[in-house]
Amino acid sequence: MNIYVCIKQVPDTETKIKLTSDQTGIDVTGIKWIISPYDELAIEEGLRLRDKNPGSTVTVLSAGPARVVEAMRNALAMGADSAIHVDLPENADNNWVAKSLAGALKKESKVDVIFTGKEAIDDGAAQVSQLIAQYLDISYVTVVLGAEYTATSVKCKREIEGGSFEIVESNFPVLIAAQKGLNEPRYASLPNIMKAKKKEVKALKASDVGTSEGDQKIRYKNFQLPPPKQVGKKITGDPATQAKELVRLLHEEAKVV
Amino acid sequence: MAKVLIIAEQRDGRLKKSTFELIGASHAAGNETHVALLGESIAGLAQELADYGAQKIHVGDHTGLKFYTSEAYAKVLLPMIQSLSPGIILASHTPTGRDLMPRLAAQLNVGLASDCTQLSFAGEQIQVRRPVYAGKATVEVEFLGAGPRMATVRPNAIGIPKPDSTKQAEVISLTVALGTPVTRVVEVIKGTSARPDVTEASIVISGGRSLKNAENFKLLEDTADVVGGAVGASRAAVDAGYRPHRDQVGQTGKVVSPSLYVACGISGAIQHLAGMRTSKIIVAINTDPEAPIFQVADYGVVGDLFTVVPLLQEELKKIRDH
Repeated sequence: MNIYVCIKQVPDTETKIKLTSDQTGIDVTGIKWIISPYDELAIEEGLRLRDKNPGSTVTVLSAGPARVVEAMRNALAMGADSAIHVDLPENADNNWVAKSLAGALKKESKVDVIFTGKEAIDDGAAQVSQLIAQYLDISYVTVVLGAEYTATSVKCKREIEGGSFEIVESNFPVLIAAQKGLNEPRYASLPNIMKAKKKEVKALKASDVGTSEGDQKIRYKNFQLPPPKQVGKKITGDPATQAKELVRLLHEEAKVV
Repeated sequence: MAKVLIIAEQRDGRLKKSTFELIGASHAAGNETHVALLGESIAGLAQELADYGAQKIHVGDHTGLKFYTSEAYAKVLLPMIQSLSPGIILASHTPTGRDLMPRLAAQLNVGLASDCTQLSFAGEQIQVRRPVYAGKATVEVEFLGAGPRMATVRPNAIGIPKPDSTKQAEVISLTVALGTPVTRVVEVIKGTSARPDVTEASIVISGGRSLKNAENFKLLEDTADVVGGAVGASRAAVDAGYRPHRDQVGQTGKVVSPSLYVACGISGAIQHLAGMRTSKIIVAINTDPEAPIFQVADYGVVGDLFTVVPLLQEELKKIRDH
């Protein structure tokens, strides 16, 4: 099986976000970059599927500036076989990224399964997975927390609202977007970290995958930090008084109950 | 004024409140408001859409649309969009809307603004703002190139207008030709809870690790049930196994925006705040007066949740039964 995993490098969840002075983006100075947590599930799932199907390979892809190669090295250290980097500017939008990754995948001889995270935790748009699949004209199943594979198809457990799930069946080729619960991602071992340094990372430019700046369909501007909240009311007194006063305020002042 | 298409969402024959929010906002801005409604045996829902301001309702009623798949929905919607040629297409940022809209955007070769928390109409354009870094910052989305403009909007971000059952709408039947599907929903496993989803509820009561075990969450469940709310949890509580991940509020869980968010025994780690800070009213109940959660709380109660929450539950019952 030819298995592919598309990943994104994002700021660590503990990062305190600061804006650039012109408010056109965030200040990336000092940011600790990680693989988006849902993408780690995607990598793990790819590795497990490969190991159950001898002769399979896992190729990891990422589109973005040079720094994203570091994230792919981590994926290689987890056990992926090779990597493809599509060099795109820092602020390329979901569409340009997805079209570029799809362009890179079209150059591959055969694609059976593509894994992604259900969303990246930086922009949280939850678009790139579906866009890649659409540009490849293959099916997709998102928010997947369980999967059973045959040689040519998969049954996915997809999370919907209200604690309900759907079992969605799809033939290959298919893109599966991972949700927490799908597996427990492994840590890279030291020998594998050393081995990863020697694995191939193919470098592609936008023009190599048939995309250009014209594929940028949206732009984020006028970044703002959330307005500081006004200091709230501290409700004092014994617990019974506190509870009574709280509900009075929620009912009469805030009008939310 | 624009021609707006709203993709309605229903599950098991019940329309989503978030659909009414979108219709209400479009109607209030004076737009020509079209709604697409897909499913099986759902034609009876059209009047409810009209009540909120839908003018033309395009109904695709077919057994192959009983369960949502992006494949089947896009097959029906794409030709309909191409012939209607709306200037703006909106859906809710729900498990269905967020799954579907990127496929349509790619097919129409336009950009999509996801999970918007602010939406306004300006002629043929929309102005939208959305959170990034799970709400640690927000951005305005500029659309490049030709339309239609497409956006998904976070449930509860707009608010539901008052329905008016005297309103009328024209109902148009859509042609449904699905062919042999590649993706099929073969089974639905129903959640056992009658509570609303944490992302859709207008009141969310969340607990942290201080709840000490899974059983103690019953206190929050019972309180949520008094007000028809949902129960959420911090990452620490989920990691400790007290709640399933689907209830987790925060940057690596759900991002919620209810009218009322009650944080019980949650200290307020940055990744949790990111998931709930757009809530309209935030209540914090915590024994530690220095807990960061108090910095975002509209109402703070320094106290033990095991003492305060049962009393709170009683007071809420009084309001409900009044």
